[in-house]
Amino acid sequence: MSRIGVFVCWCGSNIASTVDVEKVREEAAKIPGVVSALDYKYMCSDPGQNSLRNVIKEKNLTGVVLAACSPHMHENTFRKAAVKEGLNPYFVEIANIREQVSWVHEDKERATAKAVDLMKMMVEKVKRDKPIEDVRVPLNKKALVIGGGISGIQAALDIANGGVEVVLVEKEPSIGGRMIQLDETFPTLDCSSCIMTPKMVEVNQHPNIKLYTYSEIEDVSGYIGNFKVKIKKKARSVVEKDCTGCGECWNACPMHKNVKSEFNLNLSERTAIYVPFPQAVPLVPVLDRSVCLHFKKGGKCQKCLDVCGPKCIDFGLQDEIIEETVGAIVAATGYDLMETSMYGEYGYGKYKDVVSGLQFERLLSASGPTEGVIKRPSDGKTPQTIVFVQCVGSRDPEKGVPYCSKVCCMYTAKHAKLFAHKVHGSQSYVFYIDIRSTSKGYEEFVRGTMEQDGAVYLRGRVSKIYEDNGKLIVKGADTLSGNQVEIAADMVVLATGVIPKKGSDKLAQMLGISYDKYGFLTESHPKLRPAESSTAGIFLAGMAQGPRDIPESVVSGSAAASKILGLFSKSEYEVEGTISSVNEATCVACFYCQRVCAYNAISRKEIKDRNGNVVKVVANVNPGLCTGCGACVNACFSKSIDVKGFMDDQIYAEIKSLAV
Amino acid sequence: MKLAYYPGCSLKGTSFEYEVSLLKILEAMNIEVKEIPDWNCCGASAAHSINHNLAIALPARNLAIAEKDGFESVLAPCAACSNRLKNADYELKNDDILKKKITNSLEMPYDSQMSINNMLEFLIGVVGKDKIKSMVKKPLAGLKVASYYGCLLVRPPKVMQFDDPENPVTMDELVSLTGAEPVDYSYKTECCGAINSLSKPDVVMALTGKVLYDAKNHGADVVVVACPLCHSNLDVRQKEIERKYEEKIGLPVLFITELLGLSFGINPKDLAIDGHMVAADRVLKKIEELSK
Repeated sequence: MSRIGVFVCWCGSNIASTVDVEKVREEAAKIPGVVSALDYKYMCSDPGQNSLRNVIKEKNLTGVVLAACSPHMHENTFRKAAVKEGLNPYFVEIANIREQVSWVHEDKERATAKAVDLMKMMVEKVKRDKPIEDVRVPLNKKALVIGGGISGIQAALDIANGGVEVVLVEKEPSIGGRMIQLDETFPTLDCSSCIMTPKMVEVNQHPNIKLYTYSEIEDVSGYIGNFKVKIKKKARSVVEKDCTGCGECWNACPMHKNVKSEFNLNLSERTAIYVPFPQAVPLVPVLDRSVCLHFKKGGKCQKCLDVCGPKCIDFGLQDEIIEETVGAIVAATGYDLMETSMYGEYGYGKYKDVVSGLQFERLLSASGPTEGVIKRPSDGKTPQTIVFVQCVGSRDPEKGVPYCSKVCCMYTAKHAKLFAHKVHGSQSYVFYIDIRSTSKGYEEFVRGTMEQDGAVYLRGRVSKIYEDNGKLIVKGADTLSGNQVEIAADMVVLATGVIPKKGSDKLAQMLGISYDKYGFLTESHPKLRPAESSTAGIFLAGMAQGPRDIPESVVSGSAAASKILGLFSKSEYEVEGTISSVNEATCVACFYCQRVCAYNAISRKEIKDRNGNVVKVVANVNPGLCTGCGACVNACFSKSIDVKGFMDDQIYAEIKSLAV
Repeated sequence: MKLAYYPGCSLKGTSFEYEVSLLKILEAMNIEVKEIPDWNCCGASAAHSINHNLAIALPARNLAIAEKDGFESVLAPCAACSNRLKNADYELKNDDILKKKITNSLEMPYDSQMSINNMLEFLIGVVGKDKIKSMVKKPLAGLKVASYYGCLLVRPPKVMQFDDPENPVTMDELVSLTGAEPVDYSYKTECCGAINSLSKPDVVMALTGKVLYDAKNHGADVVVVACPLCHSNLDVRQKEIERKYEEKIGLPVLFITELLGLSFGINPKDLAIDGHMVAADRVLKKIEELSK
């Protein structure tokens, strides 16, 4: 016989002002099986919890119903209180009479009636509750980090320094990501590669980090604690362990023209066998077979091999698949910049001296194509006037994306500042919509660009850029003075919008994590679970989640790392017990459940007799993957799947309670 | 394919040269178009700024008649007409309530099944580049032609769905087919100021002047257009602009159909080239010299 206690919370006036809590309590007392009904001002407070515990003890309760706020708020609080008195935590049910009643209704009488109904339903449910044990999943204490930019590097180093093995996979020939392409960083103007390269080297030397560059994720299966990952190590044509990075090979390569350097964003050329930049980690070249004469002309050219001391160039190397088992994953896939083809009026691609912000970084950089001297691409002259155009693609729902790319205001201010520092007597103009400079030291930095470095800021957009007599004529609006302006510039820098890395949506599908309509990876909760993906065991970091600056990327890398170290601090991972379970006696193995499961949690299970013959095939739920969403329950034709804690008989009893 | 022709007011009046040359080249190519019977104003001049329903109903009536008569495609050579027809079609496609209202007042059904083409779309999409190329008897090699697009052909992009709105190239492609050399200049999509033609002629002269001087400075012998409104500003106002800015321009402004006609070897008189304000004599002479 059930012995149920009902506790009605006032939540101060939050509930009590709209719901007659005494009436709810009186109605509860009338229900058969309810042995105690109380109301209290704040059930979540210490005295509230104590009264709950006292009643459980004194009345020897078999179940508890709280008519209170949403279970998202205090279900755990009350479960823990109940556990202390020896009750199974799943014998605590919540009737949500705040978010679903008092906050959304005004008529007190009808709100009270609804609150009574919700409470009655939960009483019927709790009567039929069965004890549920949480599921424990073993953990492989090894982490995979996808992406070797600053956030991925930070995550890998933090995890590795915590004593856990890390596999770091980077698509490009070197780690370093976007940050290593930058010149100086705002607002401190410290050199990006000076602060980045020590971290890159540390990754390479760390005993706990296994680094795969020029490699891609081919397949991911499994679940938290037990992910099976296939990594494709692309054929580098160079044996990494033997290479000394001496540079003889790329100096000997005859293909030193007509191949554009990806790292320098087409502003310079590279050879067929190359390292993307001098501080590359690992300092091992990659042979680009699509342009190499050896591969294009039937094996004749092997000048690189001829000069190679350790003879580590191997034209026959093949792509290799490496398998790793890890317990957790960090997706730090980074970002790209938008193409500007939709802005035909800006002439990007048509006029050589209209460049993107990232290209300008390379022109500023000491390791860039101009060795840090600002020279315009068309004729190599140093520009005296530069127009910077912000929000090219960002905040433009018509042509680009509606969101703000967040870093452009700051890096444009930095560009204008560095231009003023490097070319004395020069003049820069910045077209902006709004200035967004909200972090520490940022506003002062932008002010400095305007006031000390003399950049002219014009609030408005640019309508057209065209060439006239060797000058780029920039036409735009100055909305503060209400005038149309025309500026004759030597160079134009477009602050193009930030978009997710190409292919990150495919990777997200492979990982089974969600992404938004732009392709940015989405957090499990935008505020309270910003480092977690929607799938247990997969964490997010860096610009893959959306536009952010370097400090934020570092923070997010560290956050993901600390989540993983926290996860790995236990020997097993606990999963809530409210997951699907299959009645193997009635399952007909149609596997319709498998088709509707969004989490790949259902597999085939063979039941064998004592001689090892398969007698039946049934559906099997992987507790590591199941989230208890219930899709399979709806899909099951033979009513063989139920979610524990939400069994059919409970739901029917809840509905029946309303009919009285 | 049954092709409907919607001339609109301009082609029957101020821009009769456009219609004459258009019908002439279609005849030469053996392409038959039929004027939509009992067509009415497209509403471009005033309706769309005064009454939204009327602005949709006027072009919709023309479209509904064409549809009823079994046409599959409509040619509206005037850029303003094609703009209004496409706008009406777009709104009726996307707004069922409006569609009901308009078809009720027209007392005709309309299904939005026809393709509506401006002059350039028609030439490239319906006629086809190969056909045009095969018609060129008198290549205009050496002639420098500046294509001026104006605004109505490409805007609003969502509705027009034609070419790159900021950097259109279709007319330049047609120019290349004639053997002439397209001129790359900076003002090919700038506004000619047509909207202020009557109220603020000074503004129009400033804007149109920029287009003409820029085309000339980039070496153009002639400007081609596919819009009667552009044409009248560039052609009719040219003398006035020369007086105002005290600098000679002397750029003949031809419709794209006239340029094609010349390359097909059609007599300039039959293309009504003598109907323009800025005489095209020098260009015709240059063509003759080049072809020798």
